[in-house]
Amino acid sequence: MPVIHAESVLNGERLALSRALTQIENNTPEGLKLLEALFPHTGKAHLIGVTGAPGTGKSTLVNQLALAYRQPKEGNVLPRVAIVAVDPTSPFSGGALLGDRVRMQDLAGDTGIFIRSMASRGSLGGLASATAGLVQVFDAAGFEIIIIETVGAGQAEVDIARLAHSTIVIEAPGLGDEIQTIKAGILEIADILVVNKSDKPGAENTLRGLRNMLSLAHPDGDQITHHGEVMDIESPVDNIESGWTPPVLPTVATNGEGIPSLLKELNNHYRYLKSSGTWKIREETRLKDQLESLLGAALRSRWENRISPEIYQDTLAKVINRDLSPWRAVDNLIQGADL
Amino acid sequence: MGNSQSKIRVLIAKAGLDGHDRGAKVVARALRDAGMEVIYTGLRQTPEMITEAALQEDVHVVGLSILSGAHMTLVPKVLKLLKKEGLDEIRLFLGGIIPDEDKAELEKLGVDGIYGPGTSTQTIIEDIQKACQ
Repeated sequence: MPVIHAESVLNGERLALSRALTQIENNTPEGLKLLEALFPHTGKAHLIGVTGAPGTGKSTLVNQLALAYRQPKEGNVLPRVAIVAVDPTSPFSGGALLGDRVRMQDLAGDTGIFIRSMASRGSLGGLASATAGLVQVFDAAGFEIIIIETVGAGQAEVDIARLAHSTIVIEAPGLGDEIQTIKAGILEIADILVVNKSDKPGAENTLRGLRNMLSLAHPDGDQITHHGEVMDIESPVDNIESGWTPPVLPTVATNGEGIPSLLKELNNHYRYLKSSGTWKIREETRLKDQLESLLGAALRSRWENRISPEIYQDTLAKVINRDLSPWRAVDNLIQGADL
Repeated sequence: MGNSQSKIRVLIAKAGLDGHDRGAKVVARALRDAGMEVIYTGLRQTPEMITEAALQEDVHVVGLSILSGAHMTLVPKVLKLLKKEGLDEIRLFLGGIIPDEDKAELEKLGVDGIYGPGTSTQTIIEDIQKACQ
């Protein structure tokens, strides 16, 4: 295995990039070194999350979105687009079938696009634990747009909102009544809501239900520019996120209908994030989350290295016999490791 | 997650103008159940698309399924492109309808295994695991 140089990744060498992604996904010492070298070059890309229930058309929409970003426009340098597509790992075999590329065949042959599939490898929040690291590599390698597609998510897989700057939640017609729209969870994290397959019966009801939900969540929504043009709102600092009302857009991803509007709203959201200061807040939150999760993992592994297996087994046996409470056991185990 | 973990990654592709991919799906599913990460790309892939996907996904193995009889054209092209991209380490396995008289030549070109109808998926799994050691 030849050594991967961070410079090669920064220069956009595709093979080095791909091998770097593997090292980081596998959490190897070499991967860690690469991440460290690349970190100063991160923080520039627009990270776009795409989430929604299985079968709502996430991959097909990502395919269209990437095509739209790569559509030549006058006077513009086309952004390079990276796609990180996560599919679930089997809890039984540890294997995975990663099938998102099947819907992204239109993107083949464009060297400005790089698609990487990854398995969730036991994480439960809709992403893999290495997804953030892969995104950082793409960011450092100069991809201006990074689209992250989560596993088919249910109601509570909301990790994507912490990673992405702009989160698109995809719904499809016929998946539930209005009560679903006022539950906590996935709909709360949407910066943009998409009703895909909007040529199917029931799409109007779904659109209306989501719009009603939003009018409950954003009662002052009509006082601000509705579709999010650059907004000049006096809002208290602690409530800064309320300056954006998520638009609800119908799309038909299989034929590209509604994609231009979606692209426009993504650009609006990007400008809003930058002008309102929300971009900075989200970056800070994300780095704080990353720091805390690294710290947690490091402390745990240090503890695992220090605790003697005998003490652990002994304590566990006492808990199983109900001689010791789990809470007291934790105290003992931490003291036993002498951290 | 202090430990490093590595998985065998396999790209399964249908090359050329075949109409159905049942066999490829059966193999993909079996490899998944054997603990591998299988990237499935679907029908009608050109050698260029297959090579690009193999590069982006950093796979250990490419599994090609060809039923159309075009294997003597498609396989050498895939091997050549993989080499051109610096992906010579990738092992190539072939499934589908491959006449016996072509097998020796394909193996000489660098195909690691050829599997016709009726092959046990266990054989394929073991061969891939051996090739990736």
